[in-house]
Amino acid sequence: MNAIYFDHAATTPVDPRVLEAMLPYFSERAGNASEIHAWGREAHEALERARAQVAAGLGAHEREIVFTSGGTESDNLAVVGLLQLEQPGHVVISAIEHPAVTAAAGFLERLGWEVSRVPVDRTGTVDLEALAAALRPDTRLVSLMLANNVVGTVQPVREAAALAREHGVVVHTDAVQAVGAVPIDVDELGVDLLSLSAHKIYGPKGIGALYVRRGVKVRPLIHGGGQERALRSGTENVAGAVGLGAAVELALRVLPETASHVSALRDRLTAGILSAVPDVELLGHPTRRLPGNVCVSVHFIEGESMVLRLDRVGIAVSSGSACASQSLEPSQVITSMGYDAVAAHGSLRLSLGRENTTAEVERFLEVFPAIVADLRAMSPLSATR
Amino acid sequence: MYSDLVMDHFSAPRNVGEIEEPDGVGRIGSPECGDVIRLTIKVGDGRITDVKFKAFGCGAAVATSSMATELVKGATLDEALAVTNQTVADALGGLPAQKMHCSNLAADALHLAIEDYLARRDDASGDETACDVGSGDDELPVGRPADEAACDRTGES
Repeated sequence: MNAIYFDHAATTPVDPRVLEAMLPYFSERAGNASEIHAWGREAHEALERARAQVAAGLGAHEREIVFTSGGTESDNLAVVGLLQLEQPGHVVISAIEHPAVTAAAGFLERLGWEVSRVPVDRTGTVDLEALAAALRPDTRLVSLMLANNVVGTVQPVREAAALAREHGVVVHTDAVQAVGAVPIDVDELGVDLLSLSAHKIYGPKGIGALYVRRGVKVRPLIHGGGQERALRSGTENVAGAVGLGAAVELALRVLPETASHVSALRDRLTAGILSAVPDVELLGHPTRRLPGNVCVSVHFIEGESMVLRLDRVGIAVSSGSACASQSLEPSQVITSMGYDAVAAHGSLRLSLGRENTTAEVERFLEVFPAIVADLRAMSPLSATR
Repeated sequence: MYSDLVMDHFSAPRNVGEIEEPDGVGRIGSPECGDVIRLTIKVGDGRITDVKFKAFGCGAAVATSSMATELVKGATLDEALAVTNQTVADALGGLPAQKMHCSNLAADALHLAIEDYLARRDDASGDETACDVGSGDDELPVGRPADEAACDRTGES
């Protein structure tokens, strides 16, 4: 039996074409991009080609791209780097941001900043009226993710950015889940800062980038030799950057057919689960969601149990249950949407990628109802509710 | 993150179900906290002659429940009362640190079931009107509050 990987929102395998592009930069072209000799120049040119690929993928200018170690560092550089040396004021984020943004904003609070967390509705969509109402004269940043990592809801970032810009507020978006899934243009979105990561789009782990609009002043978190225009010191990760550039370029080239292939699988999975298993509800927006995201809450049973049972039959998925997390807290995304902790404990996320097949979806639908029935037979909740 | 023995008890749990007309019932945890264990026992000649459980919860909740029933089936009440959550975890070859406090509740459920049995026995011998004992979970001693804010999430910040 072949293993089935439905956890692409967690990470993706490196595409062989991406790996092939990277490999020379580990060995025969392993120069330091900051040196002026032939090895250094070769590495530098590769780095700048990668930067141009990333910029092109976002509709940005090359000088607006800073390579980082990944999405978390990009979010921190955006949120903390923008504001850390400013007089404390006010920041607006949504209630469903990735922990990288939530925790970075929490750090600002310790520096004296005030943070407003704008609520979302039951579909996981940020409330634009509440966002507009949250803006204050001393608001310096709005951070709203482009698509949610748990329930897949695509956020009205363009509308939010327009509201923020009326007040001269800088706008950041965490696009880690959205890159490669929906077309992105920083000018069309109207954002000033945008985070992305390679390993969510068939690139390597340990590399990401932050788009910083010209004129927006961000101060570094990591100090040293002044690489990346002094915004991110440390010897450049040339092989990683080449991988990110190749992954972005590839993701955009295959985006239309990937989106249609993956969303067809998603819709089949969703319909199959809802029709075969009673007492299940779809979480997130019915249509404005990532093409590869299925997120359901299965009543009366707990997510980690489902994840482990599916793992036993070779299917990899994830859950927003407290028990499946290191923090032991139920997914704040799901509770912020107005569901109770029990719904979060019973949540299951299937995130599809371009290599998934209809046969894999059918295989899942074959085994899943029996797993649910088995766990429900063991549950003390089903009988009493 | 789980040992093979934990996965074995999770995948093929022993003594799942509910005893009809049990002599004692113990229920612990809350759905909000992510773990609920309900354990029923049958007692004869001072020994636990049968024990069954139902569990809502993670792998550790199921595996500890399964192991706890194995440990006490056939045991005297005193032996069963000596079984602690730590005993159960040790019998499973250990649990991940973050699971020790949140999902390792089976021995507590067992103790509640024994207390329930003892209370019923005392009521039956002393008060003939105590006919509704054990009629529902609501009347059982519950080891943890249903309040979400009170979920015991010790050990991680």
